[in-house]
Formats: sequence, C-alpha cells, structure tokens
Amino acid sequence: MSPLLSLKGVDKSFGALKVADQITFDLPAGQALGIIGPNGAGKSTLFNLIGGALTPTAGTVQFDGRDVTALPASARCHLGAARSFQIPHPFVGMTVFENLLVASSFGNAGHRDQRAACKEILERTGLIHRANRPAGTLTLLERKRLELSRALATGPRLLMLDEIAGGLTEGECLALVDTIKAIRDSGVTIIWIEHIVHALLAVVERLIVIDFGKIVAEGDPKAVMADPLVQEIYMGISVDDAAA
Amino acid sequence: MQAKTIFPIAAFATGFVALSVAPFWADRADLRLLMEGLSYLALAQMWNLLAGYTGLVSVGQQAFVGLGGYLFFALAMFAGLPVIPGLIGAAVLTALIALPTGWIAFRLNGAYFAIGTWVIAEVFRLFAAQIGSLGGGSGISLPVTVARSLGEGREAREMTMYYIAFVIGAVSVGAVWALLRSRWGLALTAIRDSEIAAETVGVDTRRVKFLIYILTAGFTGLTGAFIFLQKLRITPDAAFSVNDWTAFVIFIVVIGGVGTIEGPIIGTILFFALRQVAADWGTWYLMLMGAIAIAVMLVDKRGLWGALRSRLGLSAFVTERRL
Ligand SMILES: Nc1ncnc2c1ncn2[C@@H]1O[C@H](COP(=O)(O)OP(=O)(O)O)[C@@H](O)[C@H]1O
Ligand SMILES: [Mg+2]
Repeated sequence: MSPLLSLKGVDKSFGALKVADQITFDLPAGQALGIIGPNGAGKSTLFNLIGGALTPTAGTVQFDGRDVTALPASARCHLGAARSFQIPHPFVGMTVFENLLVASSFGNAGHRDQRAACKEILERTGLIHRANRPAGTLTLLERKRLELSRALATGPRLLMLDEIAGGLTEGECLALVDTIKAIRDSGVTIIWIEHIVHALLAVVERLIVIDFGKIVAEGDPKAVMADPLVQEIYMGISVDDAAA
Repeated sequence: MQAKTIFPIAAFATGFVALSVAPFWADRADLRLLMEGLSYLALAQMWNLLAGYTGLVSVGQQAFVGLGGYLFFALAMFAGLPVIPGLIGAAVLTALIALPTGWIAFRLNGAYFAIGTWVIAEVFRLFAAQIGSLGGGSGISLPVTVARSLGEGREAREMTMYYIAFVIGAVSVGAVWALLRSRWGLALTAIRDSEIAAETVGVDTRRVKFLIYILTAGFTGLTGAFIFLQKLRITPDAAFSVNDWTAFVIFIVVIGGVGTIEGPIIGTILFFALRQVAADWGTWYLMLMGAIAIAVMLVDKRGLWGALRSRLGLSAFVTERRL
C-alpha cells in the first residue's frame, strides 16, 4: 500500500535562509508521527509545505499517491489534509460554531449532517459552552482548541497539529492527550509538532527531529530521544524544561 | 428578539417603507437626491462586498460605472433596446468585460491590485474618448425618445425612474444579505477574517474572490447605467471619474463600517447629510471629508456601525448561524 503522505527531497528557502533542506519521509496511513526541534528549525514551515500554504523551492509532496506539490491549500484540504496554526487564525467575527461550519461546508466532510458533526466535535474538544460566542472573544488557550476543532471539522484523513499543548495545566494536557489518542484510534493519520515531549510521546509511534531545516534523527521515539545528537541539540537539558 | 436587534431593525424597516412610497411624499428635488442616494448605496454595497469581505481593495470601480453607462447608451441608441432590457444588458456586458480585466488585476497583489484597477479604469476612459459614434471626448446625450419611453408626462417618468433606483438600492442590500446568509456567505465572512485560514479549511479563495469581483462589476455596471440614464448625458470624464465613483464610495463605506451590511447604509446617509451642509464650501468640503475619514480610522476603524455593534451589540441584518 502506498503511504498516505510522501515527501521527496523537499527544499524551501527564504532568500538565503534555507528552512527546509532535502526533507524526505513517508507516512503510512494510520500512523501518528511526532516532530520536535528547536525554535526556528523549520517545523511549522514543513506544515506549510505539506498543507499548501507554501510551495517548495524543490522536491515533491505526494498525498494518497497523488502529486499535490502544485495544488493550493484548499484542494489539499478537499483531499483530506488538515492543519492547525501554531499562532491561531480564528475567524474572529464569526461564532465558534460558524468557524467549524465553514470547515465542514468546504472541507472534505461530504454530505453528513454538518450541524450534528460540528456539535459533536465541540463536545469532544470542550468548546461546546462557547459555541455561539464570537471567536474573537476567546482566550489564547480556547483559540488553540478552536484550531484543533476547526481542523477536525474539515473531515481530515491527515491531521497536522502545531504546538497545541503549550500553556496547558497538567490535567488539561492529559485530557488533550486522550482527545488526540481518540482521534488517532478513529483512523486519522496524525503529525504532531510539540515541545511538551511527554505528551507527544504518549501519542506518537514515530519521531522526527528537525534542526536547521534538516531531518537529523528519525525512528522509534524512545531510541530517538536517547540519541546523543538529539541530546546535544537540546544542550543536555530535558526537553520539557526547554519548552517551559 | 432583544432591543439590540428590534431597534435597528425597526429603524431600517421604517426607512425602507418611507423610501418605497417616496414619490408620494417627496418633491422633485428630494426625489432626485434620493435617487442619487440609492445609487450610492448600491455602489457602496458592492465596494464593501469586494473590499470589505474579500480584501480586494479596488480604486477602479469607476471602470464599471462608466462601462455600464456607455454600454447602456450604446444599447439604447444602436440596438434600440428599451430601458429595462438596456439596463440589464449593460450589467451583463459589464460583467463579461470584467472577466479579462479581472484576469489581469488578479495577477497583482495588495497595493498593486489597487493601482492596477485604477489603471484599467483610465484605459477605459481614454478608450471611450476615442469612440466617435458615442461623442468622443465631449460625450453624448441620450435621445429624448429613450427618456420619453419611461412614461407619459414628466411626473410619470420621474416616478418610473425613482422606482428603478429604489429597486437597485433595495436589491443591492437584499442580495448582499441573502448572499451572506448562504453557504457563500460563510466563505466570504471567513475570507474577511482570515484568508489563509479560509483557504486552509477548504475555501477556494481565488475562485470566490474572482466570482465576487465579476458579480460586483456587473451590479456596479447596472448602477452606472442607471446613473447616466438619470443624467441623460455621458462624457468620458464624468463616466470614469475616480472621485465620484470610487473615492466617495470608499468614504461612505469607511465611515459607515467596512465588512458589514449596515455600514454602507449608515455611511450613505452620513455622506449625503454632510454634502447637504458643506457642499458649498468648495475645496474645504473635500478636506473635511478627508479629515472625517482619517478621524474614523484613528478612533475606530470599524466605522460608525462597527463601533455601535461592538459597544452595544446592535445588529439588524442578522447573518449569524446558531447551534
Ligand atoms: N514567510 C517567511 N518569510 C521569511 N522567513 C520565514 C517565513 N516563515 C518562516 N520563516 C523563517 O523560517 C525559519 C523557520 O520557521 P518555522 O518553520 O516557523 O520554525 P519552527 O516552527 O520550527 O519554530 C525561521 O527562521 C523563520 O523566521
Ligand atoms: Mg513553529
């Protein structure tokens, strides 16, 4: 079976700054992949390249066996690629429910009952009590949850989450991990960029480390974390401390 | 329903009813003013839909006002079309001409798009001045037979004319409202708030923006056709005036409130109130307008309606979908 997502030799430069350097990996359907790396390493850029917000300088992005390198983000969303933004981009003048309704009306959701689907997602992500509030009135943490909810409302096959656990209390973090596990168990393929490594390791079965736009380590999460090179990137301090 | 919606709805409904029977209470001068106001309302609704929702800041809407006007004159004079089919024909042709101009303008981003739309309008102005059969640079008058066909006697003609303006103004508001309540409205409002996020959740933003560009061009063309039907005379400078058909329209939308349906309505009323008071002041009047627009941007860039809505929670043309 061909992988759901496949990147081959993907490069991206901003002027002289190379933020993606020969990124190559396959992601089988159903897998949960974690991505870590220092700030500015090029992690969010990778989501922009996979999601279609940016086009690579070189290389190809394949989704479900199809070359999507030249497709705009909306077309990739229709195929089932969804992402959250690290810095939330809510539709501030619309209610939380309407934010999801846009995603379910235009995403990959098909003909299911959109109201019911949005309601169910809001219940799952704990935003249901805010459903009829303008998204502009949400707190930062709620906005992050809206990013997750809106991505889910598109009906994704691949869900890309960009640092959604930062700032949560321990209890909230555990609840989030449970939510993401449930999404994974429902068959959605996941890529999760996260600094809160213990949360990440509770969900993902594979880890990629990025530094200066390059994949510097990849594989089983425990083995990758034990890699001296990875330790060195984090300069000996535990990753959770580094994120704090 | 709460007072927050009842009061504004009652106010707008009263205005609508009053306008719908205006020929029975307004004198000739008032009617002319109202027709002009309704035309500006339509232009403002269209500019707001384009710039306020899709972020396409056009400073070249005079291209479509002028095209609508000229095409209407041409259809009436050379094809012998009656007034109503002529107006509709002018609108459709303007929308068709907007296909290639949009294709050019959409290659430009941000400020370049704005400049591009203005250059396109200038090209049309220069082109209109070259067409001898439409009077070239000095313009042309509409044959009296066209105006006569609107009714027996001056009063009947003015009544017909007024109701054309009323329909254009009312449809501009009603159509935008209906659009915003539809699935398209979800996409447009999302693009207004964050284009990148709208694209990411599956909205084909390029397509939506292009279609809105064409749609607003067509309706702006219709309004332009009516404006010059009312004036009975068209010249390239009047038809493609950036001041009259874009600057004033932007002023209306900015002071009323960009990105709302109510904003252009409030803005039109404010603009005409200001003009009645200050139009004799010459250049000072234009400077006052500029100063007001700048003050609005500094105090609350959401405009009068935007400020009222966020402070008092007012709304009249409700588009919100509730769970
Ligand atoms: N649109 C852009 N233009 C120029 N530089 C950018 C742009 N987007 C990101 N960068 C730069 O690319 C680098 C990688 O950014 P990013 O992918 O956000 O890193 P990470 O998510 O790993 O923290 C940073 O140095 C950032 O400043
Ligand atoms: Mg990032």
